[in-house]
Amino acid sequence: MNLFLETLVGGLLAGVMYSLVAIGFVLIYKASGVFNFAQGSMVLFAALTFVTLREADYGFVSALLITLVVMVAGAIAIERFVLRSLVNQSDLTLFMATLGLSFVIEGLAQLLMGASVHELNLGIDDLPISLGSIQVSQFDLVAAATAGALVISLSLFFNFTRIGISLRAIADDPLAAQSIGIRLPVLWRIVWGVAGLVALVAGLLWGARQGVQFSLTLVVLKALPVLIIGGFTSIAGAIVGGLLIGASESLAEIYISDLLGGSVSTWFAYVVALGFLLVRPSGLFGEPAIERV
Amino acid sequence: MSDVLSRLGKHLAVAAAAFTTISFGGPASAADAAKQYFPLATFRVGAYASSGIPVWAGEIDYFRYINEVEGGINGVKLFWDECETEWEVEKGVECYERVKAGKNGSPVPIFLPHGDPISKALTEKTVADKIPQITIAYGRTESIDGRVFPYSFPVVFSFWSEASSAVNYIAEKVGGKDKLKGVKIATLYHDSPYGKETQVPLALLAKTYGFEDIQIPVPHPGNDQSAQWAKIRQLKPDYVFLRGWGVMTPVAIKTAAKTGFPVDHIIGGIWSGSEEDVRPAGAVGKGYLAVTPFPAGADFEIHKRIKENILNKGLSDLKDPKSFGSVYYNSGLIEAIISVEAIRTAQKKFGVRPITGAEAQWGLEHLKLDEARLKELGADGLVQPLELSIKDHEGGGAGKILQWDGDKWKIVSNGWVKSDRELLLPLIYERAAAYAKEKGIKPRSETEVVN
Amino acid sequence: MSDISLPPLSLVPEAFHVPSRWSQGPVVAWLLVIAAYVLGLVVDDYWFNAILIPFLIMAVAGLGLNLLTGYTGQASLGTGAFMSVGAFATFNLLLRAPQLPLPLSLIIGGLFAAGAGVLFGLPSLRIKGFYLTSSTLAAQFFLPWLFNEYGWFSNYTTSGAISAPRLEFLGIDLSTPAGRYFLTLTSVVALTWLSWNLVTSQVGRNWMAIRDMDTAAAVAGIPIAFNKLASFAVSSFVIGIAGALWAFAYLGTVDSRSFDLNRSFTVLFIIIIGGMGSIAGAFVGSAFVILLPILISRISATFFAGAIDAGQLQNLQKILFGGLIVYFLIREPNGLVALFSKFRRRLSQWPLKA
Repeated sequence: MNLFLETLVGGLLAGVMYSLVAIGFVLIYKASGVFNFAQGSMVLFAALTFVTLREADYGFVSALLITLVVMVAGAIAIERFVLRSLVNQSDLTLFMATLGLSFVIEGLAQLLMGASVHELNLGIDDLPISLGSIQVSQFDLVAAATAGALVISLSLFFNFTRIGISLRAIADDPLAAQSIGIRLPVLWRIVWGVAGLVALVAGLLWGARQGVQFSLTLVVLKALPVLIIGGFTSIAGAIVGGLLIGASESLAEIYISDLLGGSVSTWFAYVVALGFLLVRPSGLFGEPAIERV
Repeated sequence: MSDVLSRLGKHLAVAAAAFTTISFGGPASAADAAKQYFPLATFRVGAYASSGIPVWAGEIDYFRYINEVEGGINGVKLFWDECETEWEVEKGVECYERVKAGKNGSPVPIFLPHGDPISKALTEKTVADKIPQITIAYGRTESIDGRVFPYSFPVVFSFWSEASSAVNYIAEKVGGKDKLKGVKIATLYHDSPYGKETQVPLALLAKTYGFEDIQIPVPHPGNDQSAQWAKIRQLKPDYVFLRGWGVMTPVAIKTAAKTGFPVDHIIGGIWSGSEEDVRPAGAVGKGYLAVTPFPAGADFEIHKRIKENILNKGLSDLKDPKSFGSVYYNSGLIEAIISVEAIRTAQKKFGVRPITGAEAQWGLEHLKLDEARLKELGADGLVQPLELSIKDHEGGGAGKILQWDGDKWKIVSNGWVKSDRELLLPLIYERAAAYAKEKGIKPRSETEVVN
Repeated sequence: MSDISLPPLSLVPEAFHVPSRWSQGPVVAWLLVIAAYVLGLVVDDYWFNAILIPFLIMAVAGLGLNLLTGYTGQASLGTGAFMSVGAFATFNLLLRAPQLPLPLSLIIGGLFAAGAGVLFGLPSLRIKGFYLTSSTLAAQFFLPWLFNEYGWFSNYTTSGAISAPRLEFLGIDLSTPAGRYFLTLTSVVALTWLSWNLVTSQVGRNWMAIRDMDTAAAVAGIPIAFNKLASFAVSSFVIGIAGALWAFAYLGTVDSRSFDLNRSFTVLFIIIIGGMGSIAGAFVGSAFVILLPILISRISATFFAGAIDAGQLQNLQKILFGGLIVYFLIREPNGLVALFSKFRRRLSQWPLKA
């Protein structure tokens, strides 16, 4: 029973980490309909910038602020030079453009900041806390709390601020939104900037967990099934999807792996996502596509 | 219609011209004719760059040392160039094809693929082209049998020897091989052909010595291992043998600490045993063990010589002087030493001039580095005593045990921990024979004389 | 016959004319084929092993994916996995049924891949658009795991790396670089011919109808389920053979990164850059994606080596490559083929229209 609870809790917390990355995708998809494959490289870039600044003896807060500025500046540049030229192209084209972008960002990150592996110390001791008879990681709890705070603030942002509501208008119908005076480029820059912030948070937490190195970009792969389950346009969906994927993957790894003879978590998340889709073809929280002839 | 063809033709012509000029390069320089070409397939970008960069520095520094201080190998200086592989098979194959014809009149004596997948793709090509590839501490274990794999050389330490050395070290810790009975050793392996390579030898060793062999896979890339370590916590093994690669290693160490498993009972394999692997784990990595044929340290005699002649003169390839003497830097150094000595051995038979691949193969198969020679080289304690033959392309099969003290590696074993080669070799020969049968290769005879 | 007027969807390149240029396309194509065979008699190992063979194989993989995504509009990220099915199936056939001639082994291997394609294509009957990638993604992660996990597929080698037992046909040894080149070339020509006939037939038009507006297509009487699954089947057949060739005619081995998600992305790249919904697009795209990095690498090695640090050079190349991709997508989202067509039209009107 202990094993089950521990695996479950561990899985849920891992899932929250996946959600962190997924939220970045959701933001951009919500506002501009682009599946931003460069999100992974943005996470790496943010984490590397932060670590490089820290190793050059900048304080925690100043490093954080500088990285934030860098990410926002990068977001503005991306919007100005890439997105604006690709307005109205198909989803696939935009997706491929972000893939090309990810190469550029990765190359730039290594060019400017080197290829070595860095340790990222956030000052949180990663020792286990005992909750009853099970052990939970302190670090994972902090990560979960952070993700929760992020979700709440983003939800408040989208629902109660002018900018947030404008973004929802754009997501609904860009043409109509423009016709009532909402300026698309400005809002896109804001969204990419916020996505950059989310990438920074994800980069810090993931970097603290496993070190800052190139493979940080691979966290994106687990974000895909999370998004598929949660729907591409819902932040709450990203959280729920993340929890589902994290928990089911960990439990499957422990209990099903022995039956099938290997590490099933390689593909389990994707099969779960597929299963969900067969039941609900546009994800748990996504908007169903209406087809007209 | 004609404009289509003409445009197409023009594009093709431009492309062909571009390729041709670049393929044939510049005019051959007569002054280079007496120099030995040694191409380096390197990776300085991509996911594994941080593991590669110190290696090339070790190799290049040693080559520079040979050129500057010793005046070349018996007077034949080395020259090299780099070709980026990004640790990818396709790029590795392209690099090999690009360089194999040699340069400026010098043939390619040895190719260092630096990548398990690349080496496998080149296994047959190197036979066709007669260029030996040295796969130090990786590559197909069966290639130890040079009768079936004439041009693949897993010198120094194969994965089977790695597993056996780890077990022998554990035996030392528990008081002897007879005390291994009942000990639980869990192998946490990267779920790939690389990680699975040690399953067979461990099963054999478990049968021989009576310890319990538990295998736990970690899917690539291994950045979340909470499930695996929860299982380990439940199974309570005495030792964990970590066969990781890349990010899997620091995550394993951190997760182990998180779940309360003593980090000083984790023994990492060769590719889980470098500074780059442990540093990201932070403070909890203290006490972590690793088995490696590349001892860390900058106080070997050869290091002193390189420091004096290369490092202090600004001729080193290292951008970060902290890496001098690191595990990967030393691995490059060891590889370069073995390559140079193989060329030297070949020169004794074929003459003091640039050596071809076939000649270097002879040199490798007759390579003998005993304690005396190692002392002359300044590599005593760094390179293990080696003796290769046509039947034994590994030649050594021993490793040292390192322990991380939070800042650097310390050697904690008594000299070299030998593997149980006599036990493992029959099985290796069996597998080589099976491969030969599958591919229709006729194994060379042991006494065959190569040109 | 006049151009079919199509709705302004960006998946359809305006340059793609089905019947009106019928006479010109095949002539050029056959000339190129003859040139390719002649090329195989004159070039050296490097050209075979590093340039021509990977170019051809990736082009045919792109061809396969184009059938599915470009013509039928079904998004797929499982190309790598279907390639691996072809590779492992062919390996086991060559190993366990050595009496079968090589082409037959390749074809049956392709049929296995087709089967896998149909299996993972079934969800397309219910899921549409970008969400469909989840099915092929599941394939992309499940299938390599399957082959890695169960040693039977790789004949229980310790390293799990498979290599072709023997490549020969009619007594000719095909394992030399030239032999592998001709094997690849012939397969590519055959598969291209097959694809060309398919897309210019009623089946191809059905597929394009499904891509453009499948609800309308259903109303018009096109059997959706059959055509979608047929598209998955044929596409995976072609991709499977590409996979077998990749493993045995090019690399000589299979490793965990041969057929991973990156491979699927690469093939998708090829058809998008080259031009979706066009046969030539796969070849143009393959040249761009496979050959351009080599060209950049050779140029920088010849002219810049030593001047710039090797590591920085690599990073610059990566940035350049990514930048070129973005640039081309901005310039011509319909792919390089459309770009060439526009250029061609402008050239034919010059100097009347600047």
